[in-house]
Amino acid sequence: MREGQFKNSSGCAIACIFHSDGHLENGTRIKKAMQLMHDRSNGLGGGFVGYGIYPAHREDYALHLFYDDVTAKEKAECFLEKEFICLKKEEIPTNQCVINKDVPLIWRYFIKEEGNKKEFETKLIQAFFKINQEIQGAYIFSCGKNMGIFKGVGYPEDIADFFQLDTYYASTWIAHGRYPTNTPGWWAGAHPFGMLDFALVHNGEISSYDTNRRYIEPLGYPCCLLTDTEVITYLLSYLNHEKGLTFEECADILAAPLYSEIDKMEKSKRCYYTQLRKNFGSFLITGPFSIILGHEQGIFALNDRLKLRALMIGQKGQSYYLASEESAVRAMQMELDSIYSLEGGKPFIKNREVNHYEKG
Amino acid sequence: MKKGKFKVVRDERLCDQCGGCISQCANKVHYQDQDQIKIRHQHCVNCQRCVEFCHCNALSIIKEENVFHPHPLWSQQIIEEISKQANSGGILLSSMGTQQSYPIYFDHLLLNASQVTNPSIDPLREPIETTTFLGKRTHDVKRSQEGKLEIEEYPSLKLNTPILFSAMSFGSISFNAHQALLEAAKELGIYYNCGEGGLLEAFYKDQDSIIVQVASGRFGIDPSYLNHSAAVEIKIGQGAKPGIGGHLPSIKNKGLVSKTRRIKEYSESISPAPHHDIYSIEDLKQLVDSLKEATHHQKPIIVKVAAVHNIAAICSGIARSGADIIYIDGFKGGTGAAPTRIRDHVGIPIELALASVDETLRKEGIRENVSLIAAGGIRHSADVVKAIALGADAVAIGTAALIALGCHLCSDCMSGTCNWGIATQEESLCRRLNAKKGAQQLVNLIQAWTREIQEMMGGMGINAIESLRGNRLMLRGIHLSAEELDILGVKHAGR
Repeated sequence: MREGQFKNSSGCAIACIFHSDGHLENGTRIKKAMQLMHDRSNGLGGGFVGYGIYPAHREDYALHLFYDDVTAKEKAECFLEKEFICLKKEEIPTNQCVINKDVPLIWRYFIKEEGNKKEFETKLIQAFFKINQEIQGAYIFSCGKNMGIFKGVGYPEDIADFFQLDTYYASTWIAHGRYPTNTPGWWAGAHPFGMLDFALVHNGEISSYDTNRRYIEPLGYPCCLLTDTEVITYLLSYLNHEKGLTFEECADILAAPLYSEIDKMEKSKRCYYTQLRKNFGSFLITGPFSIILGHEQGIFALNDRLKLRALMIGQKGQSYYLASEESAVRAMQMELDSIYSLEGGKPFIKNREVNHYEKG
Repeated sequence: MKKGKFKVVRDERLCDQCGGCISQCANKVHYQDQDQIKIRHQHCVNCQRCVEFCHCNALSIIKEENVFHPHPLWSQQIIEEISKQANSGGILLSSMGTQQSYPIYFDHLLLNASQVTNPSIDPLREPIETTTFLGKRTHDVKRSQEGKLEIEEYPSLKLNTPILFSAMSFGSISFNAHQALLEAAKELGIYYNCGEGGLLEAFYKDQDSIIVQVASGRFGIDPSYLNHSAAVEIKIGQGAKPGIGGHLPSIKNKGLVSKTRRIKEYSESISPAPHHDIYSIEDLKQLVDSLKEATHHQKPIIVKVAAVHNIAAICSGIARSGADIIYIDGFKGGTGAAPTRIRDHVGIPIELALASVDETLRKEGIRENVSLIAAGGIRHSADVVKAIALGADAVAIGTAALIALGCHLCSDCMSGTCNWGIATQEESLCRRLNAKKGAQQLVNLIQAWTREIQEMMGGMGINAIESLRGNRLMLRGIHLSAEELDILGVKHAGR
């Protein structure tokens, strides 16, 4: 049994480092946060995403793939080479002394962007679904520009060592430690879940899952993993990538205010929120959730509107530290200018002030 | 037949011979014979009026004990019906929903609740929203020059709780029943449906709580009627009698009833089987469009259809016709009168129809063109929750609302002698129903259901009704075949 063959529920730990000035740091501190929250995971999944890690290929899409065996690899590569211009392919360096159980083949490919960006990304999403659904034993788990997801079965701190994250430099790090209740431990089933520049981590179990899934699937997002993280990523991808809604508007849809609050608002606000709830009701997420989404320009974090999950946000200068627990925030940065708990339904949105990455 | 279905038993030790039963029974079951009250058992329809009103508690109604020779194929009912038709040469008629024992799929669906991995929500502490909008939805977003989001506004209905009263015409039920339904809808923030018998002018002032119907008989319809409404419903079919029209007997068509229908007093009031301007789906589109024109594009248009075999394709057509809401009426729905064979043998259950329609509309990418109302056998709040989890936006209730008004489901509506003052136009009987009290009973019922819906939603960890809509993971089947589970789109319990 793998993710996708059953509905998966899990508890979790999440953390994030974000430098709004775009400066880069290696994966040491984010690993420390996850190490501290060890007990929030159960060894069945951990993962990280870094933005700005491939400066030499900043204009190319970096594809990370898991393969069960060489046959799957040959089939997937044959398909990729037919569809795209592949500038470079290599095995992702790993330290198999840390984890050596059921490790898949792990490869990355740098793909050249051709033509119009939007059309190219549509083509890339098609390839994403094609490989993940049709080529048995092959799975694309990261496919953005100048970013990469690293994940697998194990405790997050071990995953960090396994992928040697101290050798990568990112201006945004997001991490996830998983406490699944029923996963067999499949590497692709770990989080973050990524699609183009989006990488999402989630703590909680949403109760609106099937409403969201049955709604988004016919819009071209087949849910293959049956995880909350996957469906929330698709909802956001549809709203932001396809419909061009801002992250503020996305938050107003995913964690809409209550009608009792809306009815008290002044007219133009009342109209705005009512319109969103009327038209995007199937995108509302209910049940506990705490998400952090990484994207090209920055991060987006959100809690469910009843505030059933924790998310702490610390600030020091131009850097932000987010985690499920304050102790984990302090593990990344002991001295802070401020720290607070994110309010239910109110998004935390930060974009890099200069949209390029600088090695600090 | 010499004997009826029921027998009235009078406990002579308790009875004080007050004669209340005689005055209460419009079927003349009880009668005074010199110094004794006697009983015509064969007239009893078991409406329970005399039982409820006997201040000595001396009456009970039991099943007639006399039985025909038992036969596995030729039941007593079949023999009685053949004999009736042999004597009369007529079509058999029945009232209320079918009494055949078809499977009730709602009773084969179980709801979920949260344990450990996510928390249940307590409605006494946290908000659980039952408000919903019915109408077309859109994702077409535009931006103004200042970057403000602009979404086209389509006409819609706002419901405080996802329940509406279904259409029952003035004529088939009494003025007081209509008044009770309207008053309750107003107070609850839901909708009353005037049915096909026109709209009483006294109700015009409450148009924001009214759905007006355009049925094949087109009774009482003019621009003023159409515009004194929150929405307009085109009635194509009714669950209890798909494929056929309606008939209000001349005896009921008098006074205010004929005035409201705008037809001659004591004429037969006949709704033809089809609309004579709808012979195909493109004709429906034209009617939808003309009703939109007539109502200045301000009101959502509902199309009501009976659940029949090809319901998914039919609704797919309707969803492309410009209609805003589809009302699907399952074959267990009630009726004032319908041919027995039609009521008992035509159509399909609402659960299967709804599941199939919702899935088809989603696959075709047109689910948001319309909202879905499910009806035809909704008995309690758990049925409401299950219908919404299968894919309905809201449900409509008829029979349950009548029971709240005092109906005891004796299923003799067509006789016109409803002892509870509901399905009758006889002045003396109508007076038995107090509209104000009836409205309060309806308000109580819907409020109680809403509380129960909130409890069930909270248990599932869902705090808004739109997150329950189509959430089939919250359902599990029990005692269902693989095929049935497949149609319903749910897993078996234990999976």
